[in-house]
Amino acid sequence: MTTTSAPPAPAQPKRRLGDRLFAGSATGAGILILVVLAGVAIFLVTEAWPAITADSADLPDGKSLAAYIAPLLFGTLLAAVIALIVATPLGVAIALYVSYYAPKRLAATMGYVIDLLAAIPSVVYGFWGIAALAPAMVPFYGWAAEHLGWIPFFAGPASTTGKTMLTAGLVLAVMILPIISAISREVFGQAPALHREAALALGATRWEMIKMAVLPYGKSGVIAGAMLGLGRALGETLAVAIVLSASGGITFNLISSSNPSTIAANIALQFPESSGLAVNALIASGLALFVITLAVNMFARWIVTRRADFSGAN
Amino acid sequence: MAKRIDVSDLDIYYGNFKAVEGVNVSIEPRSITALIGPSGCGKSTFLRSLNRMHEVIPGARVEGKVVIDGQDLYGADVDPVDVRRQIGMVFQRPNPFPTMSIYDNVIAGVRLNGGKMRKGELDELVEKSLRGANLWTEVKDRLDRPGSGLSGGQQQRLCIARAIAVEPEVLLMDEPCSALDPISTLAIEDLMAELKERFTIVIVTHNMQQAARVSTSTGFFNLGGVGQPGHLVEFNPTEKIFSNPEEKATEDYISGRFG
Repeated sequence: MTTTSAPPAPAQPKRRLGDRLFAGSATGAGILILVVLAGVAIFLVTEAWPAITADSADLPDGKSLAAYIAPLLFGTLLAAVIALIVATPLGVAIALYVSYYAPKRLAATMGYVIDLLAAIPSVVYGFWGIAALAPAMVPFYGWAAEHLGWIPFFAGPASTTGKTMLTAGLVLAVMILPIISAISREVFGQAPALHREAALALGATRWEMIKMAVLPYGKSGVIAGAMLGLGRALGETLAVAIVLSASGGITFNLISSSNPSTIAANIALQFPESSGLAVNALIASGLALFVITLAVNMFARWIVTRRADFSGAN
Repeated sequence: MAKRIDVSDLDIYYGNFKAVEGVNVSIEPRSITALIGPSGCGKSTFLRSLNRMHEVIPGARVEGKVVIDGQDLYGADVDPVDVRRQIGMVFQRPNPFPTMSIYDNVIAGVRLNGGKMRKGELDELVEKSLRGANLWTEVKDRLDRPGSGLSGGQQQRLCIARAIAVEPEVLLMDEPCSALDPISTLAIEDLMAELKERFTIVIVTHNMQQAARVSTSTGFFNLGGVGQPGHLVEFNPTEKIFSNPEEKATEDYISGRFG
């Protein structure tokens, strides 16, 4: 019988100092983001708790918390969805024009201009909305209430100041346009020449080539851009607070002067004058916004990974 | 469907740079024509000028004539999109559309041509094209899977199936085997011998054995020096090129004395 000797211990790979430092700092950064996120979540839950458990009579307006938050949540989603519906096709079209249609020098300039749009502070957008866009929209609102009144969105009576949900949504659309178009431009530019040439060699026109080889390839990027934009639209405070004439109440009427406020704008407007349980209620609405934003992002991820086989990444 | 190609006094430019100069050649229908020559000699550019794919690069233009069965490809009223619908192309690297299934890849060209076909006709066309590309038995159970999941050789045959599905008049192949292993290369070469019965095939290759194996005629391209245009040195039946070439430069190249 031969005794089997224990296999030699696997050689420990040499741990270099630089590797250890880098691995440590990268891990630390990763942990930090989780800690921050957890901290925010814990803060929101603990501060919102008194409002969640409170009797509805003690809450602002004497309504239950759900009844307090529901119109705000509705307003938030409505404004953001309007912004997304307007900005996504426009952003994708701009990105396609810049990457495949514009002459080279114009394309570069347009790229800069779009990036510049993203750098404008939201208070400026708010002023633009109230001073320029809202008055400009008033005639349209009057016309829409008269002729398109059978559509619930345009039921009227038309606002005479233009401070409507539609105006707020349009301001938000302009704000998120650069995000969507910048990210779309990035992914469209990366559509492989290999596949673009395959489409052209089959006799595709430029638009058909874009449909076959560019849009499918860039789809997940466009969705990611739209979700980033949606995140900004959901959380945008100042522009909405300035532009929207809010009086509460859930309505799909986009052009009247009584609109639901949004969570972020409501917090900004109410917080300075609130105390006690009212503050907790505001924070509870913030918690609702946090949860919605998280859900939107997870939904976007799910869309992106759903058909990973066909994503072109393999 | 196979057509004859006549090229006369063809010069190809990229902007001000003359890439290829003075090509005169007649390519017979139902034949395989191989184009050989050192890198940068313009053979790929010449190949691409046969379906106007070189125009993808801004500033590209040609002088001279390319006539396919009496039709001038560069006539004033000829749309390059139409040209490419009649002349199929297979590229160096297999490029099935990654966002499409195998089935959709095969009918991609047919969809572009606007042919409204019933499901049954499409199914038949897919099977016929995949059989034509010797790929049917390997993929018939996974037509709804992405084409990018296939091996390189299978992907290339899928691209050939996609190209022949529209029944082109001419099939251009730009180094179709250079990214493939010898077994897959053999499969493609066997396939080319079959496709020759139906199509006019022009192939660019760096593999001289391949040119000798598959082609009926061979053209040798060369360039005088760096920055000078490439030109067609010799165009002859493949047998003659590889046994008794007319030009000294051809003999030097195929016997490995340069390039």
